[in-house]
Amino acid sequence: MKTTYQVDERGYYGDFGGAYIPEMLYPNVEELRTRYLEIMKEESFQKEFKQLLKDYVGRPTPLYFAEGFSKKYNTKIYLKREDLCHTGAHKVNNTIGQILMAKKLGKTRVIAETGAGQHGVATATVCALMGIECVVYMGEIDIARQAPNVARMKMLGATVVPAKSGSRTLKDATNEAIRDWINNPVNTHYIIGSVVGPHPYPDMVARFQSVISEEVKIQLKEKEGRENPDYVVACVGGGSNAAGLFYHYLDNEDVGIIAVEAAGEGVLSGKSAATSALGKEGIIHGSKTLLMQTEDGQITEPYSISAGLDYPGVGPMHANLFRTGRGEFISVTDKDAMDAGLVLSKLEGIIPAIETAHALAIFETRKFKEDDVVVINLSGRGDKDLNTYIEHFNL
Amino acid sequence: MNRINQKLQESQKLLSIYFTAGYPEIEDTARIIEALEKSGADMIEIGLPFSDPLADGPTIQQSSEAALRNGMTTNKLFSQIVNIRKTVNIPLIIMGYFNPILQYGVEKFCQKCKETGIDGLIIPDLPVEEYKTHYQEIFEKYDLIPVFLITPQTSEERIRFIDDVSNGFIYMVSSASVTGGTTGFGDEQMDYFKRISNLDLKTPTIVGFGISSAASFKQATEFSKGAIIGSAFIKHLSHHGVDKISEFVKVLR
Ligand SMILES: Cc1ncc(COP(=O)(O)O)c(C=O)c1O
Repeated sequence: MKTTYQVDERGYYGDFGGAYIPEMLYPNVEELRTRYLEIMKEESFQKEFKQLLKDYVGRPTPLYFAEGFSKKYNTKIYLKREDLCHTGAHKVNNTIGQILMAKKLGKTRVIAETGAGQHGVATATVCALMGIECVVYMGEIDIARQAPNVARMKMLGATVVPAKSGSRTLKDATNEAIRDWINNPVNTHYIIGSVVGPHPYPDMVARFQSVISEEVKIQLKEKEGRENPDYVVACVGGGSNAAGLFYHYLDNEDVGIIAVEAAGEGVLSGKSAATSALGKEGIIHGSKTLLMQTEDGQITEPYSISAGLDYPGVGPMHANLFRTGRGEFISVTDKDAMDAGLVLSKLEGIIPAIETAHALAIFETRKFKEDDVVVINLSGRGDKDLNTYIEHFNL
Repeated sequence: MNRINQKLQESQKLLSIYFTAGYPEIEDTARIIEALEKSGADMIEIGLPFSDPLADGPTIQQSSEAALRNGMTTNKLFSQIVNIRKTVNIPLIIMGYFNPILQYGVEKFCQKCKETGIDGLIIPDLPVEEYKTHYQEIFEKYDLIPVFLITPQTSEERIRFIDDVSNGFIYMVSSASVTGGTTGFGDEQMDYFKRISNLDLKTPTIVGFGISSAASFKQATEFSKGAIIGSAFIKHLSHHGVDKISEFVKVLR
C-alpha cells in the first residue's frame, strides 16, 4: 500500500492523533466523529459552504506571483492571498464550515478559544451571520495585549470570557473552552481554531481549510501550466493554514513541504515555540502529538512575538510530517520574522501578519533553485499586528 | 484480593476523599493520608497534579497549580508514600491525567504503584478503548484496578461496555460538569442515580462531583455504594489546614 499522510480510520496520523478525552466529552466528540463526514458530503452542506466561501469570504483568493520578492531571493515565489479573506486571515474558512456543521447538529450555542483573537473574530463573525450565541475564551494576558480584536468580537455580539487559569494564554483559553463544553454537553458546539484537539477535529478542520490547496492547483495550472509547485511553505501554530495548503499535496512526494515554526528568541533560549525542535510525544487537548513539556509531563509555556504561533503543541498531522521526514521543519526567530514582514511590505506593498512573516523569513537562509516554484501561504494580514510592528521598528 | 474489592464488600456506604498531593504544603501528602484514615475515610484518591487539568474546576485547578509551584513531581509523590503501607490500610487510588504518566512510562508507573501499595488508578483522559487495547495487561500484571467515569449523558450501551471492562467500581459523575460545580442534588440527579442502579451492573458505582456535606453524601449514596468528596475537602484544607481534617470528615456521616 502507498504511504499516506492523511488521517486513518482510527483518527491517527502515524503515531499521532486519537481522542484522549474525559468521558464527559465522549458523547459530543463521538457525535461529531460519527457524523462529520456524512454531513460534509451532503449536497445542501456543500452548496451552502461553497456559496458562503464565494460571496461572504471572497474566495477564491488570488494566487499572486510576487515578482519583487522572487527577484530578491532568485526563485519563483507565489503568495496564496488568504490575507484577503473576510476578517483578514484563513481562519474564517474553518469557522464557516464549522458553523454550518453546528447547525446540522442542531446546536444553538457556540464556544471557541482564541490567542491573538483572529479565530475568535472569525467565530464571532459567523455566529453573527447565523444568529447563534457565541462565547469566546481568551487568556487574560492576551485580552490585554490584543485589545482591538476583543473590541471586534464584542461589536459582533460575542461574549469574551477571560481565562484566568494557568498561564492565562492560548493553552488555558483552550482548557476553559473544553471545560465549558463539559458543562454544556447538549446544546453547544465547540469551534476549535486549528488542526488540534481530539479526533475528528484535526481532520475536519484540515478538510475545511483544504480549499486553499484545491484552489492553488487550479490557479497554478493557469499560471505555470502545472498543478504542482516544487515547494509549499506555511507557518505552523496549531497548523491549520499549513494543513490547508499542504492538504492536496500530502501524498504527492514531488512537492516539498516546508513548515515554519516560531523560534521566539531562539530555539535554545528558553523562550521559544518551536514545537518540533523542543517537543516530545505526549497528550495535549485530547490529542497525542508533539508538545513542549517538562521531564515530568507538565505542559510548558511557549513564547513567540506572534500570538498565533504561541502554542505548546502542534497538530497531529504535522507531528507525523515531522517524524516521518515528509516535511522539512524550519524555525524562525522573532527578529527575523519581523524583518521579513518589513521586506514584503516594501517590495510587494503587502503588510503580512507576524505569523505569516515567519514563513517569509526562510528565504534568507533556505535557498531554492532559480526555476523552483514555491507557494507560500500568506495566511493573514498585518493590521492586527500594527502595534507590535510599531514598537519593534519604532515607527 | 485487591484492597478496593475488599472494601467494596463491606456493608457500609463508602466515603472516599480526594486531595491534591503537594498541597497545601509539599510534605503534607503522607500526613493527610494518615489523618484521613484515622478520621474514618474508607478510601483515598491521591491527586497527581497536572498543569492542564481539563476536567477540573477552579478549586482543584488552584490546588494543582500550588502543588506544582511547591515542587511536586511524580517521583516526589512516590518517595513521599514509599512507607505508607506501614501505617495505612485503606485503599489508595492515584488520580492523574495521562500525560505525566505517559512521560514517566506507563509500565514503570504501574510497577511503582504496586511497590508502594497503590490499589487503583483514575486517569480521566485515558479512554476505555485505549486502556483496553494498550494498557489492560499492564494494569493486571501489577494488580491495579482501573476506574472509569460515566456521566448522565453516557448511553446505556456504553455503560454496559464500561461495566464489562471494570473490575473495581465505576465513578459515576453526578452531573454534566467539571469538578467543584454545583453542590447538592435535585430530582434530575436522583432520577439518574436510580436509573443507573436499575441497570443492575456487575460493578458497584461510587458517585463523585458536587458532594460537600452530610446531606449530599446521604443523597448520593441512596442508590450507590459510596461517594467521593474532592473540592469541598480541598477548600477545607485551604481554610483550616491539615490539623483539622477530622472535623471535616467526622460530620459527613
Ligand atoms: C494569520 C495567521 N496565521 C497563522 C496562524 C496560526 O494558526 P495555524 O497554524 O492554525 O494556521 C494564525 C493564528 O492565529 C493567524 O492568525
